[in-house]
Formats: sequence, structure tokens, C-alpha cells
Amino acid sequence: MESSAAGAPHALLTAGPDARRRKAVNRFMEVVSTAAAVVAVAVLALVVISVVIKAAPAINLKFITSNPQVSPFGVNTGGIANSIVGSLILIGLATAMAVPVGILVAIYTTEFAGSRVSTTIRFALDILNGVPTIVTGVFVFGILVLGARQSGWAGAIALAIVELPIVARSAQEVLELVPNSLREAGLALGLRRWRIVLRIVLPTAVGGLITGSVLGVARVAGETAPLLLTSSVFSNLGVTTNPSQAMPNIPITIFTLSESAAPQDHAQAWAASLVLILFVLLLSVTARTFHERSRRRLRG
Amino acid sequence: MIPPSAGDQTEMTKPEPSIQPQALNPAKPRSAHSGTGHGITLEKLNAYYGSQHAIKDVSIKFLANQVTALIGPSGSGKSTVVRCINRMHEEIPGARAEGRVLLDQEDVYGPKVDITAVRRVIGMVFQRPNPFPTMSIFDNVAAGLRLAGQRGNDMRERVHEAIRSVGLWDEVKDRLNSPGVGLSGGQQQRLCIARTVAVEPEVILMDEPASALDPISTLKIEELIDELKERYTIVIVTHNMQQAARVANSTVFMLDGEVIEHDETNKIFTNPSDERTERYVTGKFG
Repeated sequence: MESSAAGAPHALLTAGPDARRRKAVNRFMEVVSTAAAVVAVAVLALVVISVVIKAAPAINLKFITSNPQVSPFGVNTGGIANSIVGSLILIGLATAMAVPVGILVAIYTTEFAGSRVSTTIRFALDILNGVPTIVTGVFVFGILVLGARQSGWAGAIALAIVELPIVARSAQEVLELVPNSLREAGLALGLRRWRIVLRIVLPTAVGGLITGSVLGVARVAGETAPLLLTSSVFSNLGVTTNPSQAMPNIPITIFTLSESAAPQDHAQAWAASLVLILFVLLLSVTARTFHERSRRRLRG
Repeated sequence: MIPPSAGDQTEMTKPEPSIQPQALNPAKPRSAHSGTGHGITLEKLNAYYGSQHAIKDVSIKFLANQVTALIGPSGSGKSTVVRCINRMHEEIPGARAEGRVLLDQEDVYGPKVDITAVRRVIGMVFQRPNPFPTMSIFDNVAAGLRLAGQRGNDMRERVHEAIRSVGLWDEVKDRLNSPGVGLSGGQQQRLCIARTVAVEPEVILMDEPASALDPISTLKIEELIDELKERYTIVIVTHNMQQAARVANSTVFMLDGEVIEHDETNKIFTNPSDERTERYVTGKFG
């Protein structure tokens, strides 16, 4: 191998000035993007760690399992059991409304509708997704609460309106990922469209559909604004299971506890936040697991 | 395994509209084929993708119990012709077809014809094997029957028979419940063929069935086609001229959406009448 000086590589193999500059830019971009990733993860870690530290004084089994008890000085010496139960019921009702409708809308747009109708519906869903949740809350307030009173149904409906576009759009994406060759195979066997959707397309997409639904649930689990006007004035301090009254729920409880003057209430607010974060984290992990399963199946 | 649902019966008992030939009556038991098969005749078939005129006045007679190959360069319309036969063409948005496609004497585009009945009588095998990923080998082959309402021991027999008839039985008999997608490419394609024959069609359309497979699997598919023609009428689209020469009784050469020549395979490849056919089969273009 020729070399121009002792030890230096051949001229063809060294980097010219241009290439050296590009190499430097490349290194710079690597550093910058790594730093951004670190910042993002750090923010998440900061939030979680602060909540855990501030919640520590108040979080215990009693907190989760007992109802609020207001001491003579107006401090909550009990727990948030009623809010936990109330939230679960509200989320459950909202999901029972939003998931079936969302998936059916997605099936309609991907399997049956013409492309113009389909695009319009997609657009409408995207806009609905972007409506500020306080507006949704005011809307449901105006229709269901004004002239009547707050109720779990109103709160659940407001949450369902927020959840619907999330479930529907992600279901659309998943159904579109199902290869068209499977639908063709079904058609060529002389099967009817609904049969093909029900027995071939949906089972193939089910993992992704579950993922989308769980993400929808995770999103509304912490929504406060829709509940602010529809289910925020609780008439009792015990566990309520009747949705025709306003139901206690975690986000509103966090809000009211934070506004209180007593520091014990503040600690409880942090503890409630921790409960909420853990709930959402659990849902997200579940969603990821189903996502992995469905990806493996589609690849298979 | 997906359990059959209770509501399936309605599709089985729906009366069949104007196509009356025995083959379309799903209740009729099928004894060994007497060899009197069903031919397909295309009369002045035109097909469009939106405003694009893909197939122009195509008239072809596909004889019963024979293999007819469609050859020609890419874009010549071969696949479109075949998709018009089982009315898959119109599933594409904006696509339409005009003309007549006769199964024996019945026009499959007739006004009272049930499109799903057409596709049960005229089956199709695609270029890329497409077994249903959520179903086992057995369920895949049974899909055409089960999802149309059939069930019970009779169905199991038909499924086993279909798997045997494509030469897959020995390879899968111990794992009928394992996923259909776990098979090799060639096995998957034979699985798809088994799925098609389980429905007991009269005609099988094959759109380049071996082009995605290795040479050994291709040979197995060709042997299978040779056996299948005893019981079915077969139309095969192929890019592979040697394959057409090996497998087909007669061959149709198409160019730019028109039929240029249709004759015995031997004649097409050794002594074609049209100059364009000759240039194609000798490899001067396409």
C-alpha cells in the first residue's frame, strides 16, 4: 500500500476538508439529539420523583381504602376511597360508550364507506380530538346539567366525547394495517363483507384495537375539565355508585385538596396524584404489551 | 379457534337467484366428478379503471376441465381479465366491467345474480399466499365453509379431503391446529389452494400462483394443477412461459388489453400465427 508519508494513510482513504466539516456536523447533531432525549426522560423522572416524594407522608393503605372524614378543623383525615370508586365508575361508563362507537365508526370508514365520506369522518374526528376539554365540559353542562343537576352520567358522557376520537382514530389506523390481501382472500371465497370484517379483519387487528382503547382510557382517566362542570359538587362523603348524582372522582379531588389551606390536605393531593399516575402507568404498560402482541401476529 | 356463531344459518338457506346449474346449489352432495365440467366464455369483455380502458373487446372460450394460460407482458390486462371472471374487478373503487362472462350459459354479470354465489363457484388463488393469520391450518381450509354457515362432521371430512387433494396431508396431518402462517411459502400456497377447493368450485382462477415461490415449490404447484384439471376448469395467468408450456392445454397471448392469439399451447410456442406473439415468445420484448 502506497503512503505519502511514513504512517499516513493513502490520499484516497483520508477525509478532505469538506468531509471533515460534515463529520463535525454529524457529531454535533448526535450530541444535540442525545441531549434532547435525556431532557425528555429527565422531565418525566422529575415529575414522577416529585410526586412520589411529596406524596410519601400521606400515602398508605388507609388512604386508598377509607372515605374522607372531615375533622372539626375542616381537614380531611380519611382517604379518597370514594373518589377512586367514583373515578372507576365514570371511566367505566365513558369507555362503555366510547369504545364500541369508536370501533364501529372505524370499521365503517375503513371497510364500507367511500373515500370521500371516509375522509370527511376522519377530519371530523380529528377536529373533535382537538376541542379543548373545557369546551366539551361546558357543552355537556349546557345540555344535561343546566336546569337539572350534576350527575355521573353527565360526567361520563363528557369523558366519552373526549375518549371517542382517540379510540376511533387509532382503530382506523390499525384496521388499515390489516393487509388487503386477507380481505381479497375472503371475498374470493364468496364470503360477505360483514363476515369478513367480523371473522378475519377484526381478529387480526384485535391487539391494536385493544391498545387504542386502553390509550383512550388512559387519556380520560386524568381529565379534569370535563368533570369540573358536570360532576364536581359531591353531595356526600361516602362511596356513591349511583350515576344520577354527581360522583366523587380523583381529578376534582386533587383540585379541591390543592385549594385547601391545610398542608395535610396538600399532602393528600399529592398522594391522590400518585394514585392517578400509577393508574395511567399501569394502563400504558398494558397497552404496550398488547401492541407488541399484535405486531408479532401481523408480521407472522 | 374462532367458534362459529349462532346466526350463520341465514346465509346457507337463502334461495339462490338466477344461476341455477347444480353446482351452485350448496346442498347437493358431490359424488366423484363425472368429468362434465363447466367452461367459461368471455364475450366482448371490456374493463375500466376509472377512465382507463384496460381490457378491449376480449372474447375467449375457456374449455371445461382444461388448463388455459394467459401470457403477455406486464400491463397487458391478463390479471384484469381473470378478476372480471369472478367479479373481483368491481371491488376496486372506480372499476367497472362491461360485456358478458358466461359460466356455461349463464352470465355472471346478470341482473339477478348473487355475487357471493359466483365467487363460490369460481374460486381464486392469488400470487402471494394469503392464509388467514389468526387461524389454524384446519380453520384456514374450513374458512370458506364455516364462515358461510356450514358445520359438523361433513365439514371436517371436506376439509381433510381438500388438504389431501393438494398433497399437503402428510406434511400437516399432525398439526392441523397449528397456525396457518407457520408453514413455508410453498406449503402456504397449497394451503390457500386447499381453502379454495374445499368450497368445491367448478372453476379455479390462478393469478401467477407460483411466482412468489422457489423452483421446487413451483414444480409441486404445477404437478398439482395437472391433477386438479381432472376436476376443475383452470385459468392460469403466468409470466413464466416455460410454466405455460408445461402446464397449459391452450394459451392466450394478450397485449395492451387485447387478445392477440389463442391456440393450443404447442402451437403458440412453436409456430404462432401472429408476428407479435412470435416476438414475445422468443423473448424479443416483454
